[in-house]
Amino acid sequence: MRMWTSILAGCCVAMLILAGSAQGEYGDVVINKRSDQEGMRPVIFPHWFHRIRFRCKVCHHELGFKMRAGANDVLMTDIIDGKFCGMCHNNDVAWGPDRCDLCHSGKPGLPSGIYGGHSTTGPGRW
Amino acid sequence: MLACSPAFAANWLPLDQDGIHDPKSPAIRALQQPGDALSKLPPDTAGNMVRWVDALEKGAINPRTNIRPETKIRVLDGDILMNLKGGMPIVRFPHRAHTLWLDCSNCHEHLFKSKTGANKISMLAILEGEQCGLCHGAVSFPLTECSRCHSVARNVQRPASGALVPAPPPAPPAAAGAPK
Repeated sequence: MRMWTSILAGCCVAMLILAGSAQGEYGDVVINKRSDQEGMRPVIFPHWFHRIRFRCKVCHHELGFKMRAGANDVLMTDIIDGKFCGMCHNNDVAWGPDRCDLCHSGKPGLPSGIYGGHSTTGPGRW
Repeated sequence: MLACSPAFAANWLPLDQDGIHDPKSPAIRALQQPGDALSKLPPDTAGNMVRWVDALEKGAINPRTNIRPETKIRVLDGDILMNLKGGMPIVRFPHRAHTLWLDCSNCHEHLFKSKTGANKISMLAILEGEQCGLCHGAVSFPLTECSRCHSVARNVQRPASGALVPAPPPAPPAAAGAPK
């Protein structure tokens, strides 16, 4: 009985540590719709970095990114064709799609979603 | 390092310790660190620990408004008062602060109807990531900051009808309560 209690307590502690470890910066988006199965690290999109340089309306109006996280189905072929991220990530405004590792920089196996401390639930539906 | 920190502790984690970046990724050496960029902007106590609208208004940042030259930049000035019958202070929605960042089409008409009073706003829906909660709680200041939206004091003096009126306080009490 005592052993089971210890195991249970250990599991709780481990879950807390795991939950606390995947933090990121407020507004970081992990995109792992296909990366894992294609053998790439998941993509991390940092909102903080982009909004210093571009207003929300550039990506969410001009480039056509829907506001809800997870609602955008972006393929690498789209990006190479200059759509979505490829509008800037073209070796002109920002690094091009040949620099795989700079975007595909997340921990393997990380679930898609909005990350970041100081947050409430945020857009909960994927 | 502690000595030069502001009064509150801004805790931007380095990328290799943030729990989502792979510390073995070559990106760690190439990407900008959050603390390097965000520590130079007007400080806040929540979210990115940055007052983003202030950063824009004060010129600390000047993010691009468009990529295509033909894109029309739309900024609307005008506040909307909401939640006129609830128990919390009234919500003041500033169009200007929002349209500095966003285009009208980001919210209208799919999230919010343009017609005043046509939207049923629910705090529960917002907490579930709908309506305002699509951004607030995810990228813009989090939902712990109640008083930033619920910012207009409710007039406690009720008229005979019993309806609450979101009018500014009458002159004599305001003058009496004014700071010396």
